[in-house]
Amino acid sequence: MATRVGSTRPAKKKGISAGGPKVPGPNGKGPRGNGSRGEEDDGASRRLSPNAYRIAMWVVLAAVVMMFAALSSVYIILSANNHWQRVSLPRMFFFSTGAILASSWTLHKARRSLKQGRPKRYRQWLVATLVLGLAFVASQLMAWRELVAQGLYLATNPHSSFFYLFTSIHGVHLLGGIFGLLYLLFRLRKPERWLDPEGLEVSSGAVALYWHAMDVLWLWLFLLLLVWR
Amino acid sequence: MGRVLAVIIWVLTLGSVSLFFVRKWWFPEGITSHAPALDRQFLITIIIVGIAFTAAQVGLGYMVWKYRDTGDRARATYSHGSSRLEVIWTIVTAVVFIGLAVMGQSVWASLHFNQAPAGAFQVSVVAQQFQWNFHYGGRDGVFGRTDPRLIDDSSLNFVGLDYNDPNASDDAIHSVLAVPVNRPVELILRSKDVIHNIWVPQLRFKQDLVPGMMIRVHFTPVRVGKYELACAELCGQLHYAMRSYLLVLPEEEHRALTELPQDDFQVQMTQLLAKYPLPPTP
Amino acid sequence: MAGETHEAIHRHEPPKSFIRKYIFSLDHKVIGIQYIILALAAVLVGMTMSLLMRLNLSWPGTNWPILGTLFPGGAPDGMMTPEFYLSLVTMHGTIMVFFVLTTAPQGGFGNYFLPIQIGAEDMAFPVLNMLSFWVTFVGFIVILAAIFFSGAESTVGPISGWTGYAPLSALKNAGPGQGLGMDLWIISIAIFCVGSLLGALNFITTLLNMRTRGMSLMRMPLTCWAWFTTAVLALLSFPVLLGAGILLLLDRNAGTSFFIPGGLYVTGLLSGVDDRFPLHTGGSAILWQHLFWFFGHPEVYIAILPGMGATSHILATFARKPVFGYRAMVFAIFAIGLLGFFVWGHHMFISGMSPYSAMTFSILTLSIGVPSAVKTFNWLGTLWGGRIRFTTAMLFAIGFVSLFVAGGITGLVLGQTSLDLPMHDTYFVPAHFHLVMGVASIFGMFAATYFWFPKMFGRFMSESLGKVHFWITFIGVYLIFVPMHTMGMVGMPRRFAQFTEYEFLSSLHPLVMLVSVAAIVTILVQILFYFNLVWSIFKGKKAPENPWDATTLEWTTASPPPHDNFAGHLPVVYRGPYEFAVPGAPNDFVMQTEPEVVEQPIAVDGEGTSGNGDEGRKH
Repeated sequence: MATRVGSTRPAKKKGISAGGPKVPGPNGKGPRGNGSRGEEDDGASRRLSPNAYRIAMWVVLAAVVMMFAALSSVYIILSANNHWQRVSLPRMFFFSTGAILASSWTLHKARRSLKQGRPKRYRQWLVATLVLGLAFVASQLMAWRELVAQGLYLATNPHSSFFYLFTSIHGVHLLGGIFGLLYLLFRLRKPERWLDPEGLEVSSGAVALYWHAMDVLWLWLFLLLLVWR
Repeated sequence: MGRVLAVIIWVLTLGSVSLFFVRKWWFPEGITSHAPALDRQFLITIIIVGIAFTAAQVGLGYMVWKYRDTGDRARATYSHGSSRLEVIWTIVTAVVFIGLAVMGQSVWASLHFNQAPAGAFQVSVVAQQFQWNFHYGGRDGVFGRTDPRLIDDSSLNFVGLDYNDPNASDDAIHSVLAVPVNRPVELILRSKDVIHNIWVPQLRFKQDLVPGMMIRVHFTPVRVGKYELACAELCGQLHYAMRSYLLVLPEEEHRALTELPQDDFQVQMTQLLAKYPLPPTP
Repeated sequence: MAGETHEAIHRHEPPKSFIRKYIFSLDHKVIGIQYIILALAAVLVGMTMSLLMRLNLSWPGTNWPILGTLFPGGAPDGMMTPEFYLSLVTMHGTIMVFFVLTTAPQGGFGNYFLPIQIGAEDMAFPVLNMLSFWVTFVGFIVILAAIFFSGAESTVGPISGWTGYAPLSALKNAGPGQGLGMDLWIISIAIFCVGSLLGALNFITTLLNMRTRGMSLMRMPLTCWAWFTTAVLALLSFPVLLGAGILLLLDRNAGTSFFIPGGLYVTGLLSGVDDRFPLHTGGSAILWQHLFWFFGHPEVYIAILPGMGATSHILATFARKPVFGYRAMVFAIFAIGLLGFFVWGHHMFISGMSPYSAMTFSILTLSIGVPSAVKTFNWLGTLWGGRIRFTTAMLFAIGFVSLFVAGGITGLVLGQTSLDLPMHDTYFVPAHFHLVMGVASIFGMFAATYFWFPKMFGRFMSESLGKVHFWITFIGVYLIFVPMHTMGMVGMPRRFAQFTEYEFLSSLHPLVMLVSVAAIVTILVQILFYFNLVWSIFKGKKAPENPWDATTLEWTTASPPPHDNFAGHLPVVYRGPYEFAVPGAPNDFVMQTEPEVVEQPIAVDGEGTSGNGDEGRKH
């Protein structure tokens, strides 16, 4: 008998008051015989279906989007203030935007290669994505230096605050994506994993979803800083 | 058990409703032109609320009394509900509630959608932690220039008035708000530090004073007297003591007051405060 | 027991070590209990604070020697200072809203029963689940620290209320307690946000992905709908608070000006003149309120929706009747959750925001009354024609309905723009929200505790102690909060450390005393509840698998459930959750797992609404 959490008493078997006709119930042998979905009846396999990762990633993104929506509305509202002083966009932002757009493309190529059953190509494209991602982070840091060279710090004025705020909060989220890429590469370490394309597909799908979302998010923030007041 | 619960629910309902019904604790009498309309809206709302509250609680008590398990082994009625009933009560409550919301806008609209009428008496209000500063324009009604850089609490220049400005020469600043009766009053609200809120229960009015914003509000007092004025937005440790008075004065007395120079103004204000008593408490 | 050895293969054995089993457990049931223990500890702190507040309001200027020892800065020589009172206000609100009303209903009961009620072995991501609890726990420690580390010489917490309005909360020099204590307050809330988000992620994924066979959406117990909607609300509102918290922290510590406008003059210093008060310019004070209430209003529903779910569940069980209008109940939960995102402005009518948007917010606010009223009608409909069994759980559930009506209905007053003018920031507001989001939610949790305790610990709680607890608490909360409405009408402002300053408040003295005495008695009675809990874990009457003759999946497994909930098997669901008093059935309840009998076609609520629902009927 399995040990019960919270008590050491052996649990009674079913059916003290669960009246009605004694048809094989789920606590008995029921579901096994019903098996229209075969393996899925097994408790172990129901713990995690590949869908869970996709749903979870969308849920995560909903939260991230809400946070950036809040920060963006702060930006829009404060920019209507009379004291708003515009700061010109650091040049590096154009480079970093290019880098992250390119990284989305390489990640897309990586996923294509995986689907075509070419794990080696997949790994190469992943590495390319990682390099572009790191280049993005590096160029964001360079952009900070550019701002500092102009004497614009976090607290100089509201507009300059947003440059640092947006880039750093977006950067923190992007680091999550970089860890995701590293994880995908780590999974490819053992050749026998290459024989499990479905497993690779699930995890690369989740990471790609996140990565593309970070790309779109940056594009939004970039345009906000560039175009809006 | 069911019957006891029903009776207790009913008794609590009766007690709650009668607390409002006896009117021992009620709004102090309103002193502004918009107060009667607001009080009427409140009365309509509280009657609807009272009826809905009583109906729901009496109904709950009734169910609990009537449908208690009496141990006769009979079964409950097997029902999953009734779509028709759902539709009916959804529509009825929607009409009543949204109707109330729409009705409740009229007083709001009269206060907030219009500018203050021409000829309104203007007072500039500058709140600061635990003190009210009412800035009067004096004989010409024009306020002297103010600048935050000139604020100096230690030399009692609380609002940063520029004494070099010719308009400032006849201005007066006092911690009591004195307004004329039967004439629209416009308050120009600002705050030096944190958010405050100007609150005189008899005015049926309340407005935040937000640092960095200049908010204009207006109302027309219709009854002479002295009333207590409080801060209603948490502003710090002595929030509860940020107390002052509103003086509603007859037109003549008020004009005489505002035309006095600053020093005489202070003296006269002290006399007026002593002259008018606070409204009696019930 | 013939299949025992065969089944054992599929069974998930619980971990053996104490630490893995009870401290860093991955079992959703243990995590649920951990959340409940956290809430029980937090509510004790919050309640003690409200007791101190009542003492200060009713007997101002009295010396309480023990306070002098505990809080030498806040209550020198035992006399409470106004700033100490305000820090109690702040801490009471923050602890109650975040660490009690958000943890117990969702993190506690939701964690324990959501997976069981949908027939899953655990949450989708057990490790995240464990993290979410421990993150929340750290948040609680940080908030407790806030009251002790706020200034060099004082033991006073932050004083800007649980709403933390800027710039009072954004300026370190705006008052005692606004130093390190305020930073800790923000950090605690930020940590709490992260914990809640992890939890919400788990709830949503689990519910969408791990329902057992036959458990279509429209066959879920209403509790699951409530927890799911709550998780969605938390998911969409906490990130906004987190973002706002980061901005506030930057304003305080990095010199930015998101919420601080220019030209402030605070405690004798002009912003930017010297280092003691750096230059701020261009921020908006009202912006914090928008962000805060965008989170704050959904938070109200985060607190009460699980209570609504539990109440529906328990009313049906003990009225021995199906829930009246199951589908309408589901829509009402969703409508409340959705509308909850578009009404935040009703907290800000007098804040200086646009009077036109105030009007829109007002109309949307009163529309929330409609689904709330629908729920009330349906609860009454559920009782109608029932055979009500008055267990303690049922009493609390009925109490929930009564209090929800009492507290919710005054929203019709506060939601109107005009009527908010006299009512805003008076005692009418705390009276309203304490009844509806505080006490009603807590009644939902009391009901849930008495109801599910036998499942969680295999023993009943004492019914006689429970009933004493109910009667006194029920009458007590009415006596505490109904008079507060009339105080508000007279004009008594909130968050005043004393009422002795004002002439017009003197007539309220008898009411103030009444409220304080009622509060003290009600708080003391809660000791009975704590005693009952602890005593019943060890000495309570043993409970069988399905002690209440209930129908949902948690009652098909052992009490307490085994580590993997269903001992190696997953149940299959054949019908809706509340099949009581079915004509022709041998008992007056039919379990969800009971296969359909051919000669007795039973109308199922979920009929034809989702593809999943058909699966059950194939068999």
